[in-house]
Amino acid sequence: MFIKGIRLPGMSSLIIWGLLWELVGQSGLTFFLPPLSEILITLYEIGDSPAFLKALKETAQAFTVGVSAAILIGIPVGILMGKNRLLDELLLPWVNIFLSAPLTALVPVLMVLFGFGMRSIIITTSLFAIWIIILNSRAGVLQINRSLVEMGRCFGATPLAAFVKIYFWAALPEILGGVRIGIIRAVKGVIIGQLLISLVGFGALFELYSANFLMSHFWAVLIVLFALAFTISELLATLERKFSYYAANR
Amino acid sequence: MEIAVSTRNISKTYPGNVEALRDLSLEFPRGQLTSLLGPSGCGKTTLLKIISGLLEPTSGEVEVNGKPVTGPGPDRAFVFQDFALLPWADVLRNVAFGLELRGVPVSEREDIAQQHIKNVGLDGFEKSFPHELSGGMRQRVGLARALAVESEVLLMDEPFSAVDEQTRRKFQEDLLGLVERENKTFIFVTHSIEEAVYVSDQIAILLPRPSRVHEILRPENLRTKGVSDIRRDPEYLDTVDRIWASLRSYVE
Repeated sequence: MFIKGIRLPGMSSLIIWGLLWELVGQSGLTFFLPPLSEILITLYEIGDSPAFLKALKETAQAFTVGVSAAILIGIPVGILMGKNRLLDELLLPWVNIFLSAPLTALVPVLMVLFGFGMRSIIITTSLFAIWIIILNSRAGVLQINRSLVEMGRCFGATPLAAFVKIYFWAALPEILGGVRIGIIRAVKGVIIGQLLISLVGFGALFELYSANFLMSHFWAVLIVLFALAFTISELLATLERKFSYYAANR
Repeated sequence: MEIAVSTRNISKTYPGNVEALRDLSLEFPRGQLTSLLGPSGCGKTTLLKIISGLLEPTSGEVEVNGKPVTGPGPDRAFVFQDFALLPWADVLRNVAFGLELRGVPVSEREDIAQQHIKNVGLDGFEKSFPHELSGGMRQRVGLARALAVESEVLLMDEPFSAVDEQTRRKFQEDLLGLVERENKTFIFVTHSIEEAVYVSDQIAILLPRPSRVHEILRPENLRTKGVSDIRRDPEYLDTVDRIWASLRSYVE
């Protein structure tokens, strides 16, 4: 961005909001919002504490497994829905319902079905991510150029070859968009799971810090979480741009 | 004259009772180029897709080398109007893609593809991607892909309609060379009268609603003329005129 011909550094808005935060914190307006500098110091202190590392590990584990499952199941299901009318009719209403449903309300049901441990947290994470991945993969397949499909048939592609060599790649820009949004939703899923199902990982830390009014600790963990989600999302957006060159001429 | 492809009593009705083809019979001599020519909506692409096996006729049958067609097969290759290239694959992989789908090992299929890339004049563009090429070059890739699978029958669906006029003329000249060199049967859909007369051994004029074969023309002596003399030949001009005379009443 330019102001009066002077180029502002990339994260200017972030710096401005950070300064504002610092000012409000220093003014002591509310205990709820400690100064940003204090939070960063706390972050540095707890960064290598066993409790924090354990929480990070537990969360990363649930998140990775949950997201992987959502991707590995969601993409093929979405592609199949886009290619098979019957399957589409059968599944689309459910996908749409679950996409807009308040999934948090389902968590108690999951607890009954899958217990109070890691399994339920992973499934919650998957459930938050999978629907948009399915829907985007489906949309990606639906827009595939008809002659590309005919080309595959003409040159004798088996259904599996067409799936792996044509449909997946042709839908890749949309699929990556879906995965990116799905992963952002999965961050929500994993924390909600940890808070509602069993107090582990970052969920446990949130609970601990907020119950004890350790506000700067609370914010420090939150900032770590936001930064992680943002980084993953940006990485995927970069990947998306790498493939978008052909999105326009498929 | 040996017949490579024949269609017998083909009818095609689309859902909603839209009759695209009615009782259409046509024979395609081996080693020659037959054009399907007609105004838009005359079902020429429908007929081509039925021959390719992409569409099923409502009734009637297609035979390639005496064998009835039940679906796409390795004896026919298709060149698409919009090229239908894989945008994420380079020229080499695109040209080799037909062979890849047939399970030909990498080194073998790349050798074959390389040869055909050279034949269509795309030497040095093996590692380029479709979006880096002009329309004409893209269609050369599509053509090379169809040639690489060594099918006896080449089906071309308005292959030159998406390229500019100069490129198109060059393509037409090259196509004449290709017909002469390769002993393949070409079935060529076009809506351009001049193009059909220029490249064809046999021209089937289709008339619309529902489509039927109106007339079959066989320019006799154009093949012996040089590529740059054809357009001045009296037979060429007469044939173009004659076709226009029979088509003009069908053009709104």
